[in-house]
Amino acid sequence: MSPRPFKLRRISNPPPVSGFKPYGGRKNSGRAETIFLNLEEYEAIRLCDNEMLSHHEASVIMSVSRPTLTRIYLKARQKIAEALVLGKQIIIEGGKIYFDSDWYSCQSCGSYFNNPFKQEEITACPLCGSKEFRAYNPDNNNDEEELSRCADICICPSCGYETPHRFGFPCKDEICSVCGNHLVRKRSPYFSH
Amino acid sequence: MKVAITSNGNTLESKLDQRFGRCQYFTVYDTDTKGIEFIPNPNKDAEEGAGPASVQLVASQGVQKVISGEFGIKIKSLLDSLKIQMVILKQPEKSIQEIIDMLNH
Repeated sequence: MSPRPFKLRRISNPPPVSGFKPYGGRKNSGRAETIFLNLEEYEAIRLCDNEMLSHHEASVIMSVSRPTLTRIYLKARQKIAEALVLGKQIIIEGGKIYFDSDWYSCQSCGSYFNNPFKQEEITACPLCGSKEFRAYNPDNNNDEEELSRCADICICPSCGYETPHRFGFPCKDEICSVCGNHLVRKRSPYFSH
Repeated sequence: MKVAITSNGNTLESKLDQRFGRCQYFTVYDTDTKGIEFIPNPNKDAEEGAGPASVQLVASQGVQKVISGEFGIKIKSLLDSLKIQMVILKQPEKSIQEIIDMLNH
């Protein structure tokens, strides 16, 4: 059996630097050892620890599943910790990724175009030169949809009371407002009907 | 700046080809010198890998902008990393001359 094809991770921007070097080591034994941090791991750290998103939100942005995002994130933290503790240098490169670029649609000629130079802003349509264009983002709606599609239900195992699951709140911490029992996830093996 | 337009013929009356990898011809138009060149696409009948091979072809011409009807998923990330701008125009009845006129606005 062949394994499932690898899902490419979506990255919004490459990192501003390509790595980090330690300095001030006690015994400078020539070149420091190197840790290779993948771009997807960099992106997971950026989303979870810099933008303070939940793993679920970050996974939607990177277009992978929530468990996969958590795995990438854990790997990233382990690598960074190893570099910090053992004084290794970090090089950010590699990973199975694709870059997400901004798309625009022109109102006067009906064309769609992207912006390959992320630093510079687009001032006119590259085809007809019209200034009547706007950002085109089909993913925006999809992200919302995907979040709601993943929506789950917490259910009371004894009386059947249901409430929508809140992300980041374990079901077992929620209390049934009817009979006071702890709730379980409706799709989980703990709940069978 | 050089612009590549996918076309289904080698005249200015030819229409915009809606495919990128397997288009008949690439029209390379230089906006500075107004020079027009038609390059036949060697990958038009390729079984697979037509897209990346075509990207290589247009990139070797020094093109900075590509106009076509559609770009495949492989091509988008390739062109993105090469910093070539993609313009999607879903109007198959547009002729190459009309598109060049639009570029000169």
